[in-house]
Amino acid sequence: MSLATEQAPPQVRRHAAPPRRTAGQRWRYAGTVAIFLLPSLIPLTLFTLVPMAGSLWVSLHEWDLLQPMRWVGLANYVELLGEEETRAAFLHTLYFIAGYLPLVYAGGLGLAMLLNRAMKGRNLFRAVYFLPVITSWVVVALMWKWLLNPASGIVNWALGLLGIDGPGWWTDPTWAMPSIILASAWKDLGFVMIILLAGLQAIPGEYHEAARVDGASAWQRFRSITLPLLSPSTFFVVVISLINGFQVFDQVHVMTGGGPGGATQVAVEQVYKMTFEYGRAGAASALSWLLFAVVLLVTLVQVRGQRRWVNYG
Amino acid sequence: MKKTIALLALAVLATACSQGSATRDTTPAEGGKVTLRYFTFSAAPDHEKDLDKIVQAFEKENPKVDVVVETAPYDQYFTKLQTSIAGGTAPDTFELNYENFVTYASAGSLLDLGTVAGDTAPTGFAEESLNSFKHAGKQFALPASFSTVVLFYNKELFEKAGVALPTADWTWADEQAAAEKLTDKKAKVYGDFQPVQFFEFYKALKQAGGTFLSDDGKKSTFNSPEGVKAATWLVSKVGKTMPTEAEIGGTADYDTNLFKSGKLAMWHNGIWQFAGLKDVPFEWDVVVEPGDATKASAVFHNSVAASAGTKHGKEAYAWAKFLASSNVAATTRIESSWELPPVSDQAVLDGYLKDPKPANRQAVFDSLKSIALPPVIKRQQEMQDAVTQELGNAAAGRATVQEALTAAAAKVDALLG
Repeated sequence: MSLATEQAPPQVRRHAAPPRRTAGQRWRYAGTVAIFLLPSLIPLTLFTLVPMAGSLWVSLHEWDLLQPMRWVGLANYVELLGEEETRAAFLHTLYFIAGYLPLVYAGGLGLAMLLNRAMKGRNLFRAVYFLPVITSWVVVALMWKWLLNPASGIVNWALGLLGIDGPGWWTDPTWAMPSIILASAWKDLGFVMIILLAGLQAIPGEYHEAARVDGASAWQRFRSITLPLLSPSTFFVVVISLINGFQVFDQVHVMTGGGPGGATQVAVEQVYKMTFEYGRAGAASALSWLLFAVVLLVTLVQVRGQRRWVNYG
Repeated sequence: MKKTIALLALAVLATACSQGSATRDTTPAEGGKVTLRYFTFSAAPDHEKDLDKIVQAFEKENPKVDVVVETAPYDQYFTKLQTSIAGGTAPDTFELNYENFVTYASAGSLLDLGTVAGDTAPTGFAEESLNSFKHAGKQFALPASFSTVVLFYNKELFEKAGVALPTADWTWADEQAAAEKLTDKKAKVYGDFQPVQFFEFYKALKQAGGTFLSDDGKKSTFNSPEGVKAATWLVSKVGKTMPTEAEIGGTADYDTNLFKSGKLAMWHNGIWQFAGLKDVPFEWDVVVEPGDATKASAVFHNSVAASAGTKHGKEAYAWAKFLASSNVAATTRIESSWELPPVSDQAVLDGYLKDPKPANRQAVFDSLKSIALPPVIKRQQEMQDAVTQELGNAAAGRATVQEALTAAAAKVDALLG
């Protein structure tokens, strides 16, 4: 690394510290930057920032989508905090995360390590495992819904051949959430794999070689070299997966619609139902902001906590 | 957050975009023709051609109006309608069922048809039917069709099992005894099918002699001995004479296909199924649903309303009236068994009995003698979902019937409060 910095061409440095400019030049510079940012700034403003501000405004109103909005201040938030459904929605979301996160991380890490060694067809495998990531959630959810169909699904058919009476998967409240976790982990495995694979490849081979010479076992090398040096990638994967986990919606909506008996009624599904089926757009907006606050809090805690375990070498 | 926000953004953006589309709609079509949009759930998939016939007849009489039909399946219909109203792109005219009429009328989303009727007041309607779609003394919609739920049965399965055919005097006990004899799990033949959900429950409740809401509509009253009886009646079929949720496996139209394939002996369903059953290769008929303490048949009532924001109020009224009560519409509905027209002219209605299938069509009119109308509250959808969910818990054995009813009553009371 140090070698590379010393050899950096001088013009790079000039860019890093621009020469003093007059006010006019600074404005022109800002204008140039703005023009380059515009292509992503326009959609970001139009489709994310403005709607976000809009939903904050809506969350302070009672709105059934039919009548004009009526100002209620913080009443929606107060109401939500007292509702059993809100508590249940967050608990179901946490249940999902508790199952999904370890599964997708362990699976992704296992795949990444397998595909990090020299083997035939390595690129093909990498591509195959990444395919679900770029497939539409609706397609994946429908596929799993059919695979896990209690009456005619191939999974229960195969279990039947082994003499096992397969569970009701998404028609049984006990199995509905595990079904969704399974489908979600399957889809996101490739994403985690790619990130961790990049992390693994950045670990210099000499470290492993030196450890091997010193007589370290495979497990010791994994524990003391791979995991610590992989921690920046792990951190990234965990933060992203947690945020995704809190927002779980598509697979739930398609596979169970929050059922059976409300067993998979997660936060975003609740937002959807409240807005488009129950005519409570104001309260639904408030719920999205509560969810936003939770995600923000969890992410902040993670960013603070990373000093303790993330190793940037 | 992206997705959460995006969902709401949709609604907000829809409002923002509305101006553009609204202006587009006001520009008259070529040649001074008015384009009138009509949104419906009951036409697709079996009756699109029949609706087309009515539209053509209307356009012939009103050459300056061009009716554009849009359809959506029932389970998506109200989400679409609500969002389009919120976004200011509401169709000029649309179908509304009785349960949702109050919500839309009290929200001010509907045009008071009295203001555009001029001297062509609605005539020829069954008075009761017309009154169902009045709100605060104003006619906000015209009844367009109604249908009832009856007991369908597969004659051949009954004969094969040596069970006497259902009659109008049957009670739940008779139905249950027959269903048990007719169920043959090895052959995957089921004796009975009655979904465990809100609509079946409020009706069974009335059959058992109970009521759903107090007279003032402020409290639920279904957590009663009659309620327990009704819920037990529905729940006890599951897994015995009727397939379980796991066996159904979320298959769309499972019950329709089960009946059509000749593997279902008795089926509680609406008369809108008549057309779809025309060509099944076995004999079937209908009878008024068995009762318990009393008889009660569910009636579904659909109407056509105009959007409060429509620019073509007069045309909208003309179309609504034509669709609801014109001779063409009434006969088209009757000839194709597309529910029943809410007309008072008995001669027109008699035509319904001429169709030979099913033989006992008279049961449809008999079922109207004692009807059960669904309870309607402001937070209708939430109430329906809550009751269905709790009954589902009881059906799957996750709660006792009493526990389910107690939970459902608590939820409904919270919605009323």
